Amino acid sequence: MTLTEKILARASGKARVSAGENIWVNADVLMTHDVCGPGTIGVFKREFGKNAKVWNRNSVVIIPDHYIFTEDSLSNRNVDILRDFAREQELPYFYDVIDDPNGHWKFDASKGLMKKQYGSNYAGVCHTALPQKGHTRPGEILFGTDSHTCMAGAFNQFATGIGNTDAGFVMGTGKLLIKVPATMRFRLEGKLQPGVMAKDIILQVIGEIGFDGATYRAMQFDGPGVASLSIDDRMTIANMAIEAGGKNGIFQFDARTAEYVDARVKKNGTKSTYEPVEPDADQTFVYETVIDLDKLEPTVACHPDPGQRKKAKELNHIRLDRAYIGSCTGGKTSDFVEFAQVLRGKRVTIDTFGVPATPEIVHDLQTTRWGDRTIWQILEDAGVRMTENAGCSACLGGPVDTFGRMNQAGLKCISATNRNFPGRMGHKESQVFLASPATVAASAIAGKIVDPREYLSN
Amino acid sequence: MQSKFNGPVYVVRDNIDTDQIISAKYLNLVPTIEEEYEKLGSHAMNGLPESLYAERFVKPGAMDSEFPIIIAGRNFGCGSSREHAPIALGAANTQTVIAESFARIFFRNCVATGEVYPVECQGRLCDILKTGEIVTVDIDTNTLTQAATGRVFPLNQLGEVRPVIDAGGIFEYARQTGMMPKVA
Ligand code: SF4
Repeated sequence: MTLTEKILARASGKARVSAGENIWVNADVLMTHDVCGPGTIGVFKREFGKNAKVWNRNSVVIIPDHYIFTEDSLSNRNVDILRDFAREQELPYFYDVIDDPNGHWKFDASKGLMKKQYGSNYAGVCHTALPQKGHTRPGEILFGTDSHTCMAGAFNQFATGIGNTDAGFVMGTGKLLIKVPATMRFRLEGKLQPGVMAKDIILQVIGEIGFDGATYRAMQFDGPGVASLSIDDRMTIANMAIEAGGKNGIFQFDARTAEYVDARVKKNGTKSTYEPVEPDADQTFVYETVIDLDKLEPTVACHPDPGQRKKAKELNHIRLDRAYIGSCTGGKTSDFVEFAQVLRGKRVTIDTFGVPATPEIVHDLQTTRWGDRTIWQILEDAGVRMTENAGCSACLGGPVDTFGRMNQAGLKCISATNRNFPGRMGHKESQVFLASPATVAASAIAGKIVDPREYLSN
Repeated sequence: MQSKFNGPVYVVRDNIDTDQIISAKYLNLVPTIEEEYEKLGSHAMNGLPESLYAERFVKPGAMDSEFPIIIAGRNFGCGSSREHAPIALGAANTQTVIAESFARIFFRNCVATGEVYPVECQGRLCDILKTGEIVTVDIDTNTLTQAATGRVFPLNQLGEVRPVIDAGGIFEYARQTGMMPKVA
């Protein structure tokens, strides 16, 4: 069996499962956020009754992150709905925006968009926060009401996005009927060269198989090249399995996985036991390919979908209006480090927005020094507008007052995020080009799309 | 159960993502709140760029669409897992989406909510049919008939998901089939 099949077999209490089979699996964690949480709670109460209890208090994780730093009153209300539910159900893992369990969330725009307006429990973008807060464990099943839930496949678990109705069902029963996906194998060999990042790997893969090339399938990343990839790198890759239509992305387990997970569950006091899955000798794949990491070059997905692959160096004719670094996939500490390496001592020439995924990343960037300047200061010196209000921000457009949102037609933005369908970052007549943090940084300096390798300082 | 749908079609191309079906800015609406459900319908397909889709799915100011049938190319409903997407279509009175292929989560959300029938066609109906023309879709005989010409196009069978949508979604289906108690 493949890694995905092994996890699903275990979660369904069967010795073997094979692709195409419909099986009931037991969930380990259900995650929801402010955009889909209120609807999920609505379904749960409608179907199981007003006084129903969730199947397991410790397994429901609620992370407001999408529409937080906005004056939109319905969005603010939605965070309050989550808080009321977490209190009623006594959920230990609700990462509220504010500290008062009986309070109301209201964003105060008069304080500006840059200075932090959250309390001590706020965790930031759900997919980045889940591992940081010790909720991702090898061998487990994670369902989330968000398509990028597949990011947790970086930790050798089965993680996939579901809708509110399915999530309401899981909330009440802890179970879900799913179809076992066939597995596609991407065997990684070699090592990434300077200026080439994990983002380039996944953009290469999506360009290869197409925007729907993995529909109903699992994407398994294994091979000797994985060892050189950091946990952040693996998260970037697994995150974007959905951009090829994939049900999940999954990595093999190794010492790096163990080190990360063990440290996080310990720090946060979450469940510490887990059982990884190891690859079998008899795996069946519907597709197999080898990716030579040494040969990869900085890659861009052009408007209007993540499958429009081009090399960055072929796109010098595309003039840009803005640049954006942030999101679950591109707003991690290592993303900002690479971004800052390109920008250090230089200036951006177009509007450039930086949104760390989580408060912990804000803290990392504000406390890590290169010489006498923090990374945060180095980026501000370079002209990047850095906000402390970690969250999804303009990655998915959001309400019109969202930081970095593209509110005008015709704007072109290069972005370290994961999705670029029409209107994704705001105006439906704007365009988004997806690239690695290094490519975004170099392009922000040049004002057009460029290959970052020409901009690497020694 | 209704198995025939008749009326004007709204034709879209490949890769219509959930953001074009329901713009992210309306995700502050909660589908289980009645009046917000209706509002979601009024914004259905509103994320389609005007430059490509001058004729709008829901007319400005209207709450529902006059097109009960959507015809699409490949990968309809790709992108996010937002259930707001099939719900917005259902709330706008869409009955069925006929596409060359569907994205997985969207397809599943159509079934789970019972909001619309997601039916696969064979070949590129989106190149043949024009917005506004009348067709009849029959999910018993798995055909789509073009009214003007009488041409009949085959559709793929809905198969095991049909009774779930017929019942009105997974919870109703679970109750009808005794998998869940009748009253919560
Ligand atoms: S950062 Fe973007 S992709 Fe990630 S969860 Fe938020 S909206 Fe989705």
